[in-house]
Amino acid sequence: MNEQIMAPKKGLMTPFNIGAAIIVVAGIIITILRFTLGLGAVTNLSDYYPWGIWIGFDLMVGVALAAGGYVTSSACYLFGMKRYHAAVRPAILTGFLGYFFVVVSLIYDLGRPWRLPYPFLLGWGTTSMLFEVAFCVALYLTVLFLEFSPVALEWLGLKKARNLVHKLTILLTILGVVLSTLHQSSLGALFIPAPSKLHPLWYSEYIAVFFFVSSIVAGLSMVIFEGAISHKALHHRMGKEYLENHDDLTLGFAKAASMVLAGYFTIKWVGVAAGNHWDLLATGYGLWFLVEMFGFIALPSVLYAVGVREKKFGVIKIAAVISVLGIIVNRLNVSIICFNWYLPSADRYVPSWMEVVISLFMVTLIMLVFRFIANRMPLFDTHPDYRDNH
Amino acid sequence: MSLSRRSFLFGLGAAGTGLAVGKTASASTGKEFTGYPDSYGVLHDISRCVGCRQCEGACNTVNDLDAPEKPFTDTSVLDTKRRTGQESFTVVNRFEPKGKRPHFAKIQCNHCQEPACASVCFVRAFKKSPEGPVVYNPDICVGCRYCMVACPFDVPAYEYDKAFSPRVRKCTMCAPRIAEGKLPGCVEACPKEALVFGKRDDLLALAKERIKKHPGRYIDHVYGEKEMGGTAWLYISDVPFEEVGMRTDLGSKSAPALTSGALGVVPMVVGLWPVFLTGMYGMTKRREKVAAQDQKVAVTAAVQEAEAKAAQELEVCRAKAKTDQEKALAKADKEREAAIAKALEEAATKEVPPETDETPHGEEA
Repeated sequence: MNEQIMAPKKGLMTPFNIGAAIIVVAGIIITILRFTLGLGAVTNLSDYYPWGIWIGFDLMVGVALAAGGYVTSSACYLFGMKRYHAAVRPAILTGFLGYFFVVVSLIYDLGRPWRLPYPFLLGWGTTSMLFEVAFCVALYLTVLFLEFSPVALEWLGLKKARNLVHKLTILLTILGVVLSTLHQSSLGALFIPAPSKLHPLWYSEYIAVFFFVSSIVAGLSMVIFEGAISHKALHHRMGKEYLENHDDLTLGFAKAASMVLAGYFTIKWVGVAAGNHWDLLATGYGLWFLVEMFGFIALPSVLYAVGVREKKFGVIKIAAVISVLGIIVNRLNVSIICFNWYLPSADRYVPSWMEVVISLFMVTLIMLVFRFIANRMPLFDTHPDYRDNH
Repeated sequence: MSLSRRSFLFGLGAAGTGLAVGKTASASTGKEFTGYPDSYGVLHDISRCVGCRQCEGACNTVNDLDAPEKPFTDTSVLDTKRRTGQESFTVVNRFEPKGKRPHFAKIQCNHCQEPACASVCFVRAFKKSPEGPVVYNPDICVGCRYCMVACPFDVPAYEYDKAFSPRVRKCTMCAPRIAEGKLPGCVEACPKEALVFGKRDDLLALAKERIKKHPGRYIDHVYGEKEMGGTAWLYISDVPFEEVGMRTDLGSKSAPALTSGALGVVPMVVGLWPVFLTGMYGMTKRREKVAAQDQKVAVTAAVQEAEAKAAQELEVCRAKAKTDQEKALAKADKEREAAIAKALEEAATKEVPPETDETPHGEEA
């Protein structure tokens, strides 16, 4: 293909590429250490903290931020927002890559990763929330693969197969929403059997609902956030339909995010009221809870609303970044920071630098694969052969 | 009631060998499970423990664990608070409650009636056996360590330093020894009878009897009777349990009971979400169809109106053209007639002289 024409005129030695190369090399070395010497050699995991950032960040945050796939495809195909059609493909790809690398991270984290199929082959532990998560993630990864496949099939010129998959769009979208609802909420429900270990301000019988609702915020915000980045970095790959509708999509999603955040803010207080934990707000953890509530939920909700009303895209982008950070903060709070909150600081978990590098390694791989695909396949544009076919 | 020194109504061999075939605790059914009848347990009387660590030593021997750095006779180990680990299935900690002599409390797996570890394991590697012990099967364990996250007593430990065959490690209540009719290692080793092995129901009765017999000595609570749905290990103490490092905020709901609500929602989502979403899709489709139809009707109406208007205008034009034409024709007729008349008149006046002039010439020629 005409790479010279399609790619911007840049050498390989961009700051991004150099940084990515360093992380990839370090990541590969630590990968070898992890699988030859064991978890103990590279992580700070302990008997008190069996789950570190590979679960708290890579899995919990990864799954939430990959929610853009189901949010965008359901908005477009099920809720009739056809004008967002051009945004579905990049959102589905991000979702697919997000989930794929969640599974890759899980392989790093599991003690015996080669037994990953055991829950479906031998155990069938249906009383476990983790079984549901595993089952849904496995199925949803397949759904996302199928939803994304038309892009690759168009690229490869396999028209028959492409049109066959295209006919399944609605079915796959509905399946995607059902599976996402289940596993997004189940990730929160993982902590339901352990009320004594998670701080009461974060533990709630509603935690599954919190996780589901905040995944919608994560999905909407990530689509806006990525759109802004892609707009700069991959502008040359964007089709007319995508570019024409980009501002419209940003405003629409920002409006939705503002409202969902407001709802999320409300139900989080319902959680505090249901547990009657108002007295805990005056403690250190209470202060941290208020920071999450006002700084990472109420603030972006207001910023989104202002951005939409004033049509200020800069404000919307800031709101998207704060929302995404808020999701990261929330998931880390639940799985690490406010987990075993009562332990003395000597027993608390702080990730090792090698765990951090592996997490960065995963993020870098996602960005590299995304760029590879966006530069080759019809991602931000429809293939000329199928322009009127959607 | 007849009591042997450390074993309370312990029927030799009665435990049998059925440990491996135990059922998993109920989780999503909402049925109340009050424990297997005749299952075994241990009563730990904290007021009797002197912190000699002989139980720890016996546990180490019985389970073939690595020898610790400091020998079990070294009580300086008690200066720091410890938890269970991969090479120590039980540990004794020293506590100094305000205004009282030092107290010692032993921790190990409590072998819950409805274990959190068993209910959260997605390969069912943990089983609550009908005899009482919660046993672990390393042959199917994937190593997700959710059991460690879920355990309210922070008991299971993991072999993080093993790359190829890491296992979860915890006290087995000496299930293999019970099957052979022996006492658990720690119970057998205790020199102060701070540990008593027996049927859980009998131990519960014994614990309550001790509390009743010594009014003012014990805290009026059998720890483990109800905590997290009840545990096979039971505790009585002469100081508040939180002063010997035990959590008193666990509640009486078991882990499976806590999870059952969330699990129960799953089939509802699977059943109803597609209905709602297909409905949304249908409404969207219909809205598009109606919009398209409305558009079509409007277009047709507009076209018809335009056509009618055009036809009318055409008619008017035609009529006008006709009248214009008629007028023009009439005018033309008039003009023509006038012209003819004029011409005739002119002709009439001019005709005479030339005829008179020329005819004679012609005739002449």
